[in-house]
Amino acid sequence: MSKVKVASNRITIDPITRLEGHGKIEIFLNDQGKVDRAFFQVPELRGFEQFTRGRPAEDMPQITSRICGVCPTAHHMASAKTLDDLYKVDPPPTAKKIRELVYSTFMVEDHALHFYFLGGPDFVVGPSAPAAERNVLGVIGKVGVEVGKKVIAMRRRLRDVISSIGGKVVHPVLGLPGGVAKRVTPEMQANCQEVATDAIAFATFTLQVFNDIVLANKDYVNLIVSDAFTHKTYYMGQMDANNHPNFYDGSIRVVSPEGQEVANFAAQDYLEHVAEHVEPWSYTKFCFLKSVGWKGFTDGPESGIYSVAPLARLNAADGMATPLAQKAYEQMYETLGGKPAHHTLANHWARVIELLYAAERMKELADDPELTDPNIRTLPTETPREGVGIVEAPRGTLFHHYVTDDRGVIEKANLIVATQNNSARIAMSVEKAAKGLVTRDKVSDGLLNMVEMAFRAYDPCHACATHSLPGSMPLLVSVRDKDGKPLHTLRRDFDGTVHHA
Amino acid sequence: MTTKEKPKVAFYWCASCGGCEEAVVDLAEGVLDVVELVDIIFWPVALDFKVKDVEAMPDGSILASFVNGAIRTTEQVKMARLMRKKSVVLVAFGSCAHQGGIPGLANLNDRESIFQTVYHDTPSTDNPEGVVPQVESRVNGHVLELPAFHNTVQALDQVVDVDYYIPGCAPTPKIILAAVQTLLSGELPPKGTTLAPDHALCEECPRKDTRPEDLALKEFNRPHQILIDEEKCLLAQGLLCMGPATRAGCEALCIQGNMPCTGCFGPTSRVKDQGGKALSALASIVDSNDEDEVERILEGIPDPIGTLYRYGLPASLLRRKVRAGNGEGR
Repeated sequence: MSKVKVASNRITIDPITRLEGHGKIEIFLNDQGKVDRAFFQVPELRGFEQFTRGRPAEDMPQITSRICGVCPTAHHMASAKTLDDLYKVDPPPTAKKIRELVYSTFMVEDHALHFYFLGGPDFVVGPSAPAAERNVLGVIGKVGVEVGKKVIAMRRRLRDVISSIGGKVVHPVLGLPGGVAKRVTPEMQANCQEVATDAIAFATFTLQVFNDIVLANKDYVNLIVSDAFTHKTYYMGQMDANNHPNFYDGSIRVVSPEGQEVANFAAQDYLEHVAEHVEPWSYTKFCFLKSVGWKGFTDGPESGIYSVAPLARLNAADGMATPLAQKAYEQMYETLGGKPAHHTLANHWARVIELLYAAERMKELADDPELTDPNIRTLPTETPREGVGIVEAPRGTLFHHYVTDDRGVIEKANLIVATQNNSARIAMSVEKAAKGLVTRDKVSDGLLNMVEMAFRAYDPCHACATHSLPGSMPLLVSVRDKDGKPLHTLRRDFDGTVHHA
Repeated sequence: MTTKEKPKVAFYWCASCGGCEEAVVDLAEGVLDVVELVDIIFWPVALDFKVKDVEAMPDGSILASFVNGAIRTTEQVKMARLMRKKSVVLVAFGSCAHQGGIPGLANLNDRESIFQTVYHDTPSTDNPEGVVPQVESRVNGHVLELPAFHNTVQALDQVVDVDYYIPGCAPTPKIILAAVQTLLSGELPPKGTTLAPDHALCEECPRKDTRPEDLALKEFNRPHQILIDEEKCLLAQGLLCMGPATRAGCEALCIQGNMPCTGCFGPTSRVKDQGGKALSALASIVDSNDEDEVERILEGIPDPIGTLYRYGLPASLLRRKVRAGNGEGR
C-alpha cells in the first residue's frame, strides 16, 4: 500500500465523475494530524424552481424530467401526480396501471444497472481486490461474459418498453393530469409480459449472485456491518396500505432509529414534516425532519437527519408486497440482526431486493387484463390552484409541489429531489470514512476506495449511475499547502492503477 | 485500450442532466462498434477524468470532442476552452450545448432571483439566518470554495468556436451513430453543419397525410384539455406542435407517444430563429383577422416564450430577458 506524505492541513478529493457536474470533498487536518472536518460539496445549481415559473403546468412533467436524464421517469411521474392533485382529477384505473407499469420497468432497469456497473463491483469482485479488477469488467470476469451480454440486452429491452408507451426513454412524454397520452395495444401488452417474465428471472438470478458472492463471504458481511459504515438515523419511504413499499403511490412513512413509526403522512402534508437547511459551502440543501429539528451533522434520535433510498424504504416498511421479494426481505433482516438496519452498505442488498419487487410488480401490471382498456384519461374540470405529488425515485422520496394561477400557469414550484434527502447523511458518511482513514502522516491509496464506498452506496443520482462502464471510480487526491499550491497528487486511473506526482 | 492508430475522441458535460450520456449508453451493443473505431481518451462520467492529462496533450491532438450541457459557471467556461484548444473538431452535443436547452429558460430570470427562490422563498427551506452558498466560505477557519454562478446561460458556441452540432434532447442513438460515422469518414461536412436531416419534422411525421392543406384554427388546445386522437395531425387537433419549425431526425418519438413536438432538435439551416419561425407558422393558421378574436385564440398559448423557445432561448435572437440596471452581463 503506497503512502503519501501530507505537508499541509488540507486534502482535496475532486473526482468530477459520475456526479451531475462536479462533486468535491475537502478534508481538513488538525494540529495532531487527524481529520478535523471533511466536507462533501455539490457545486451545482440550475434553478428549476425559479425558471419553471410562468410555464404551463401541463408541461412540467417534460420540463422537470430535465433535472435528471438518468431518472427522468421519476420526475415525470412525480410531476404527473402533482398535476392530478393540482386539477383534483382522478385518472382512470388503466391510466394508473400504465403509469405504474412504466415506472416499475424503469426501476428494474435502473436498479439492475447500479448493481452490475456501479455498486456491485466492490462486493462481486471484492473491496480489497486489485483495483484494476474492481469494475464491471471484473464483475464480468467473475460471473461470465454471458451475464454481461444479458445485462446489456435486458437494459435495451426494458428501455424499449418505456419508449413504446412513453414515446421517448430519455425524457418520456406520457404523463398528463388525469391520465396518460397513449393507450396500450394488445401487441404492446404481450411484449411487456414477455419482458416482465424475463425481468423476474433476471432479478432472481441477480439475487443469487449476491447470495453466492457476497453473503457466502464472511469478510463481506463483516464489512457491511462495520462501524465505519454505520449511522443511526430516521428512515423514510412511500408505503401502500399494508406498509409495503410502493414506488408509484401511497403515503410517506417515517420510522425512528429504533424502528418506531413517527410519522405517516399524505403527500399534501409534506411541509409539516420535511424542511431544508442551507450551508454556505454547497449548492445543495440538507433535508431534516421538522418535528426533530436541524441539530447539525450528527445522527441518533435527537437529530432530524433522515435517510431515503432502498435500505431506508425497507427499514420503514413492514414487508414487501410480492412473494419473492418478501422472502428476500426476511432473509436480509435475519442476517443483519433485525430492523432497522443502519449499515449504509446494506443499501446494495436492499437494492437487489427492490429490483426483484419491481420486476414482480411489473409482471402483475403487464398481466392485468384492464391494461388495454381505451379509457386512459379523465379530463380536468376544476380550476387549478395547488398540487403536491410524490414518487419513490430509485434514490429515494421525490417531492414536487406547484402553485398555479387560474389558467394553470406555474406561479411557484418547490422540488425536493431524492438524493437531497440523503445529503446530510452522505456528508456524515464521507466524514466518518475520512476520519477513519486519513492522518497527516499517511494517505493510503486504500483511502480512495473507502471514501468511494462511503458515498457510492447512496449516490447514483449524483453519479448518473448507468453511464458508468467502469465500476472503479477514478479519483484525484491533491494535497496543497496553505496557499492552495499543490504539493502532491495521488491519482487513480479508471483501470485502477495509482500514480503519484 | 490505447491503440495509437485509432483517432482520439473525448466526451465532456457542462450544465446538463445526464440524458446525453444515457443516449450514448443507449447505443447498447452499438457502443462496442464505436469503441472499435476510436480511442476514448476522456469521458469523466465513465472513464478517468484526467483533466491534467488533457492539459498535457498537444493542442489539436484530439480528433473530436463531444461537449454537452449549457454554460452556466466559471468552471464550465474553463473546460469548454480547454476542450476547444485540444481538439481538431469540437461538437456541440444535444440541445443544451447546441442552443442552451431547457436550463436556458433560466435566462428569463437572473442569479439573484434564482438564489432568492431556492435559498429563501421555497416553502420547505428553513433558513432563518439567510445563508446563501458562497464562492468562498469559512467554517471553523477552514476555507471552502464553489465555482461562480453566471447570470446568463449560454450555448457552447457563445463561449468557444464550435465546428458541428448534434441536436436533440436527448439526441437519438441513430443520430449519434450517423454523426460519429460522418466524422470518421474523413469527408467532413462544411463547418457549422448540424449533423441531422435538414428539413422540418412535418415532412417525416407519421401523421403528415392527416394534415389538411389549408389548416385554419379558431382555437388552440392545451394537451390536458382534450382527448388526443392517436392518428390525426396534432396541429389539426388544435395542439401547438412545433413540427413545422423543428428539424427532423428524431424519428418523431414524441408524436409516437401521442404528444406534440416541443422543438428539441432546433431549427433547420434555413431558419435563424426557431421561435420566430414557429410564430410565423402559427400566424398563418390562425383563422381570424379580428384583433380581439386573435387575442382570444392566442390565449390558448399561455407561455409563448417558454413554449416557442423551450430549448433555444440563449441561442435565439432574444437570448435573455433584459436585466434591470446593468444590462445583459454574465
